[in-house]
Amino acid sequence: MSALLQFDGITKRFGGVPVLRDITLALQPGITLGMVGENGAGKSTLLNILGGNLRPDAGRMTWEGGAYAPTGPADAEAVGIAFVHQELNLFPNLSIGENLFLTRFPRRGRWPVIHHRAVATETARWLLEVGLTAPPDTLVESLSAGERQLVEIARALSSQPRLILFDEPTTSLSERETRQFFALMERLRARGLTMIYISHTLEDVLRLSDELAVLRDGTLVAHGPRAEFDVDRLVTLMVGRRLDQLFPARQRAPVVGNEPAVEERPIDPRQAAQVKARSGTGTVPRGPCRPLLEVRGLTRTGVVQDISFQLNAGEVLGVFGLMGAGRSELAQILFGLEPFEAGSVSICGRPLVSPRPTHCLREGMAYLTESRHEDGLALEASIAENLALVTLRSHARSGTGWLNRVTLAAAVRSIREAVRLTPTARDDAPVRTLSGGNQQRVVLGKWLLAKPQVLILDEPTRGIDVGAKFEIHQLILQRAEAGAGVLIISSELEELIGLCDRILVMRRGELVDELSRSKFDRERILRAALHERSAT
Amino acid sequence: MNTARRHATLLMLNNVPMVLFVAALFGFGALAPSFLTPANLLNLLVQASATAIVATGATFVLLTAGVDLSVGSIMFVAAALSGKLLLTQDWSPPLVFGSMVLLGGVCGLLNGFLVARLGLIAFIATLGTQYLGRGFGMWLTETRAMNLPENFTQLASLRLLGVPLPVLAAALVVGLAHGLLMHTPVGRQVYAVGQDAAAARKAGINVPAVLWLVYVLCGLCAGLGGAVALAQIGSVAPTFGMNREFSAIAAAVLGGTSLFGGRGRVWPGTAFGAVLIQAVENGLHNANADPYFYPLVTGGIIFVAVLLDSVRSRLLGALGRRRIRPN
Repeated sequence: MSALLQFDGITKRFGGVPVLRDITLALQPGITLGMVGENGAGKSTLLNILGGNLRPDAGRMTWEGGAYAPTGPADAEAVGIAFVHQELNLFPNLSIGENLFLTRFPRRGRWPVIHHRAVATETARWLLEVGLTAPPDTLVESLSAGERQLVEIARALSSQPRLILFDEPTTSLSERETRQFFALMERLRARGLTMIYISHTLEDVLRLSDELAVLRDGTLVAHGPRAEFDVDRLVTLMVGRRLDQLFPARQRAPVVGNEPAVEERPIDPRQAAQVKARSGTGTVPRGPCRPLLEVRGLTRTGVVQDISFQLNAGEVLGVFGLMGAGRSELAQILFGLEPFEAGSVSICGRPLVSPRPTHCLREGMAYLTESRHEDGLALEASIAENLALVTLRSHARSGTGWLNRVTLAAAVRSIREAVRLTPTARDDAPVRTLSGGNQQRVVLGKWLLAKPQVLILDEPTRGIDVGAKFEIHQLILQRAEAGAGVLIISSELEELIGLCDRILVMRRGELVDELSRSKFDRERILRAALHERSAT
Repeated sequence: MNTARRHATLLMLNNVPMVLFVAALFGFGALAPSFLTPANLLNLLVQASATAIVATGATFVLLTAGVDLSVGSIMFVAAALSGKLLLTQDWSPPLVFGSMVLLGGVCGLLNGFLVARLGLIAFIATLGTQYLGRGFGMWLTETRAMNLPENFTQLASLRLLGVPLPVLAAALVVGLAHGLLMHTPVGRQVYAVGQDAAAARKAGINVPAVLWLVYVLCGLCAGLGGAVALAQIGSVAPTFGMNREFSAIAAAVLGGTSLFGGRGRVWPGTAFGAVLIQAVENGLHNANADPYFYPLVTGGIIFVAVLLDSVRSRLLGALGRRRIRPN
């Protein structure tokens, strides 16, 4: 029997960082392949290459013995590959039927007129298959997240593919829907459809797959029949440690007792007056306090549930979780970008009444976002402008409010040195022209200029090279040693283990585990982050 | 706000244009009894027909989350060029009608090229062609008004089975556009592109082709709307078609078309929006209101419509947000 799909030495790099190394894998027809791996192990990159969204740097793919080099999603569809993505690609303003047949509407005769009745009957058939009881002309926007996921699955099925890929299809499904979906997968398997199933729920993967493949750091570390694997072995294979990464040493331990290690935060008198005026209290407490940040019972329906933790001065606290565990959403709520329904957030014992970014900033909070391109930087603006963005107000002259160019330039100069931004780039060069590592230094520098007491970092070293990574880690620790509390979100377990004093683990919007440095255990952390519960 | 209440609010917001329309009709009827007479209502339709035609074209563009600011200038260029041909080359009125529509289509091609091919922001691209068109028309007419012969202007008062020709033209355009949007594959793809162009490309839709199409259709409609307006007015002044883009976009938005793209209909939406705008002007006139007061009222109504649109899109955004935890 010849393979339906074959990867041969597939290699891919992003900006010099390898994300897939020499992947060779054959998929026999009629087989369900379970694919597991941590975040960033390379699963989605591999899928994107298969789907024609990315081109490999080296290696080739074979489909039914012939060369397969897709240049776009249409090529993948043409050979019969369908995707059910984790993030939905539906059009909420169109009906279910229209979403299913958007590019291949059944027509009335030769005219390009949609045969609405045919759309409805065809759609009803596929909806029945996935177990969704909604009329085909229902607008997708009126469906729940789980129902939308089922529509996405129906859409993939309606193209009558040879190979179908499921990327975490059950995250937004209820238990009943999940059971129905698994029954559907069994039916499809019985019909001989070839499938690739990606999930973090290892029990499900083990139960549904004929073969398993484990990816780690872009390498295929294991591939074999299901009988060779169990949950323990999968976890062990997934976490295996990377040895090429070094972490800077801590100079000073975090504050655990009562002795403070907090520098006096220099306060601009204007700013102090504002704080005074708005908070109504006469004092501006900036000294050491324990805990620095306290979060109690933070809840937002459907996003985070009952989150409580403390962050102390001088502490580096890590938040680990798989994609979609609610880590970034938690950070956004803390920084006042998204609302919350219940619970409280306080800094130095003072609750943030209605957190808004400006308010949080005044309280000494800083938030480095996950994506420097989308919301971390003004790409076309200059390096100096980006660096000065957050602290611009403190350079306004009293009275006129005009900018003091002299102090501004001095601040930019000092922070450039502090974050070791490449000296060859001029202050007025657009940030777009910098490398990823240097761009990240600019984002970090921008926030460090504000001398934050609570520094929230979301994936601070994503997609940058090892050297820049080390230096950014150094800057983070320096900030902590100066007395700030650092909350660092990362998908890279190694990074958190190397840097943090304590690690919190999130799963499905909840905190599920907490480990202090002496208890760090890769397998335990990963196990907590993976879904334990399986719907049967 | 919980999901059920959000859905209820949405349903209400989606029907506000209709409520506004009925309220305007009866409000003016109460103010001035002459407003609700059959003669005045037919007159209202005749007055609204050019706006309805141009607004139908504008709706196509708005549905893709674009905008066409050049429709007024397209009307002017088409009218100026065709008027010249009519007067100097002695073209027959139907031929002039046809040439205006075609000229509008050519202008639409230019907009399509700028937006779909060169990838310019629609707002800026069509602002540019607006100036370009106005300037070109001024140069053609040497900024003098051109009076058209009676054999052309009488087209506006022609009736077919008792229905005035402008109304018939508007009905035909609205009907064709409605059919295209609702019942053809490319029509549904227009909605997909307006919702999310990147997702549409991933789904295998030829996004540039859809954009070309909407700008050309918008140009064609502007040409035809210009011809109807020209027959009604009877002369090409340098201000011909000026601010028409405003009333066209306003009619579409009043009819429920979203400026964020992907939502709206030509029928009943835009058609009623066009009549509503005209009804306000006509009604104020019937109620003997100060003419300087008209723009204030129209502007106010449009602000309300745009506000509702933005509230609606925020609600939809909240409804569509991906959830981490199933409830």
